[in-house]
Formats: sequence, C-alpha cells, structure tokens
Amino acid sequence: MKNKYSVFSLIKNALSQHENWQQAWGNPEPKKDYDAIIVGGGGHGLATAYYLAKKHNLKNIAVLEKGWIGGGNTGRNTTIIRSNYLWDASAGLYDHALKLWENLSQELNYNVMFSQRGVMNLAHNLQDVRDLKRRTHANRLNGIDAVWLNTEEVKKFCPIINTSPNIRYPVLGGTLQRRAGTARHDAVAWGYARGASDMGVDIIQNCEVKGIKRTGDKVEGLETTKGFIKTNKIGVVAAGHSSVIANMAGLKLPLESKPLQALVSEPVKPIIDTVVMSNAVHAYVSQSDKGELVIGAGTDSYVSYTQRGSHNIVEETLKAILELYPIFSRMKMLRQWGGIVDICPDASPIISKTNIKGLYFNCGWGTGGFKATPGSGDLFAHTIANDEPHKLNAAFNLNRFVSGDLVDEHGAAAVAH
Amino acid sequence: MFLINCPFCGVRDQSEFSSGGEAHIVRPKQPTELSDDEWAEYLFMRKNIKGIQFERWNHAHGCRKWFNVVRDTSNDKILSVYKMGEKPPVNYK
Repeated sequence: MKNKYSVFSLIKNALSQHENWQQAWGNPEPKKDYDAIIVGGGGHGLATAYYLAKKHNLKNIAVLEKGWIGGGNTGRNTTIIRSNYLWDASAGLYDHALKLWENLSQELNYNVMFSQRGVMNLAHNLQDVRDLKRRTHANRLNGIDAVWLNTEEVKKFCPIINTSPNIRYPVLGGTLQRRAGTARHDAVAWGYARGASDMGVDIIQNCEVKGIKRTGDKVEGLETTKGFIKTNKIGVVAAGHSSVIANMAGLKLPLESKPLQALVSEPVKPIIDTVVMSNAVHAYVSQSDKGELVIGAGTDSYVSYTQRGSHNIVEETLKAILELYPIFSRMKMLRQWGGIVDICPDASPIISKTNIKGLYFNCGWGTGGFKATPGSGDLFAHTIANDEPHKLNAAFNLNRFVSGDLVDEHGAAAVAH
Repeated sequence: MFLINCPFCGVRDQSEFSSGGEAHIVRPKQPTELSDDEWAEYLFMRKNIKGIQFERWNHAHGCRKWFNVVRDTSNDKILSVYKMGEKPPVNYK
C-alpha cells in the first residue's frame, strides 16, 4: 500500500490538520487499450477489478463509471448482509461472500464497518413458520449458522417488537443468523477503489458506454463518451442498466428493471441493535451508526428507470413498521429514494459468460446484491480471467433459462421482494 | 407514481392497476414444436427498454380489463393508451 492507514498515519495527519492525506484513488484519462474493462463502478464492479488485479495478475484494467463510483445501487441499498439462503447453490455463493466480509477491513486496509449484529427474519403465519424452519435446517446442513426463535425469544432478542397476538399479522417466531449484519456501503466502494487503484487499475468516472464494437462473435472494444477504447474482455456490472448495455451487443437478458425504495428517519439514540426483516408484511429495519432508522420498502410492479418509486409502496411498508414497532409512531422520515434493480425470473443473479466471446455479465442481483459484493467480485473476476466460471457461480449461468435449471429463490430465501 | 387513462374507466391512480409487462409477445401457436431456446425467449427474455416501451396493464381494482400502454420508462410519461387487439400506434419506435 502506498499510504497505509493506521493509528500512526492518523496521528501524523492529525498534526498537519488532516490537510495532507493522499488521494485514495487516481483520476486518470482512459488509455487506448486495456486487457479487461469493467463497465460499472459500483461495489461489484470495483471488487471485480480488485480481484482481477490481485488474484489473476491482470494489471491493465479499467473500470468505467458513467456517474461517480458507488453512486448507484451501492449507495442506495439498506446494507444488509446475510447468507441464509435455501438452495445449495445460493448458500455457497452468499456464504462465500459473507466469509470475505468477515476479513474485508483488514484485506482492504479500509474500515468497511462490518458489524455482525445478526439478521432476524419474522414469521407471521403457519406457512411462514414451516418455511423458515425448513430454511434453518437447510442452512445448517450447508454449514451456515441459523436458529429458530419462538415468539418469546424474538421479544427477548429485540424487545421493541410488538409480539401481541392481537395484531393483524402476529409474530409467531423467527429465524436468526448471528453472523449476518450490516456494513458501511460507501466504504465498500471506496475501499475496493483504493485497493484496485493501488494495483494500477484505472478508475474512470463520468465515462458512459455508448456502444460495444464486435467483429463476428468477438468483442473489439467500447464506444464511450471519452472515445473508443480497445479491449477483448468486457465485464458488465451495470445493475439496473444491464439490459441497456446488453442491447448494444444485440443480446437480450431475462431481466426487468424496477425501482426499489428505501428511506431513513431522523437520527435517534440506539434503539434497535440488530436487523429485523419481515417478508409477509414487507418491512425491514435496522439502525445506522449515525442513529437513523434504515427502512427497506418493496419494488414497484412495473419497469422503470426513474430512481423514484411510488408513494403507495412506502405507505405499505411504513404501515407494517408501525404495527410491528409502535414505538416508532412519532419518528419523522428524513429521506426517501429509489434505486433501479434488475430482477431475474428466479430471483437469483447471473454471473456468466455469453455467446459473444469476451463479453461477460454480472447482473440480476435484484433486491439483494449488496450482501454479495465481495463474493460477486471474486467469482466474476475468476470467470473473466479463466473464461470459465468458478464452481461457486457455475449454477448462475445465463444458460439456465434455456436448460430450465433455475435457482428458484423466490420466497424461499428470506428475501423481502 | 403516475396516472393511467384506462380506456374503459378514465384517469385513475397507477396503484389501481397491475402491470402485465412487455406487450406483443405472441404465445407460440405450436408449443410442442418449440426448441428450448425458443421457449427461453418466449418465457424469460425481455427487452426491458429504457425509453419508449409497449406494455400491458390490467385495471385490477377497477374494471379488471386488460389494455396496452406506450410509456417512456426513463420518465414514466404515458404517451398512448390503446385497447387489446388494436394495432399499436406507429409513431413510436
């Protein structure tokens, strides 16, 4: 590391009024050609570039970002990290990511504020109880920590939840993954950007891709707002805009892009020290280190790229929050926003080659991509470098929509869609 | 969040409607003849356009009838509404 962050560097820089901190990542103009170009400078894209440089010895890499790094869904999600997915393929993928999270601050020499405060999923009816119990068993068979809590144990773990049997959707129990938690979303993008930039990766912001040049079934380079850039490996990690980029190469993807909303309240003193999710009533809540309640709402039902979302979606979520947490009835919401999420028909991601040589897609993360950031980057880097998927992402290929071998996590994965 | 002019009921809030996704995807006439690729194309692949999209909507909390809408997905502006079976307007590409 050029400029290792430590307590000594903190003291040293404090003595000069923090005016001499080195820039964390470079701001280069694009070169004429690269060994690989990553389209999209969010967490997943920057992580991909980082692991390509670190583990696969590719140094001549660029990350193209049409806005600023981490300004898309990386900066818009509710930062929940967990790996309690039902199916083996998903469990492998998300737990790989969770293991990388556990050491990420040390790995990047950047505090990503990973906090294993636990994620609790509530059950509100008998079918929820059966499904969630089944999932805890499936998780434990895959070596993922999961426990079932009855109503009293839920109340003990998170005392502000209303466990009265008289509410519309009473709490009948819940599952808890203690290793799950949250992280600081911006820090993840910045940490990977700094690490990648340090290894020579060019991070080029304000550079939008306008076209993909190909001859026959091979990619030749990218048309961008900063001119043509030659490369024969393109990794697209463009989230909600994946279909737009695919369209440039004449490809169609099994995706629909929809607004997903979140909101934060005014900051208050610590009141909830875990993450609580509820699929049935569609409400999830945690508290940031600044004290804001971070609340996740649902997606709109229609395709849109507006980054807004509808009012009735937020209204539904807040109704559910108020029933479960009457203590929040006088909280004021500070901000609300939307991010455009690319949803696959089976609610699982795509980390895959395509039938065009040198063109790779990492997309379809839908409503839950943040948790996978390190794992997604690591596996996508492997796929790009070797032109073959890693065994952990082999099931997440594009061809599964033809073969029918779907990884159907809809409703099965404690996902609040 | 926007208003939709239902061709049967008039202007209503979008929350009364349910989205049926991309329009004019023709159901295969002879399903038994289809290859896996063609099935994948029919079932899963979507244009997912950023811009002018032709789509189906259902007035779920109203007359419960289906109809088509031309909408710009980059700003949610509705450009045209037409009934099922009618030819899509030609002035939008």
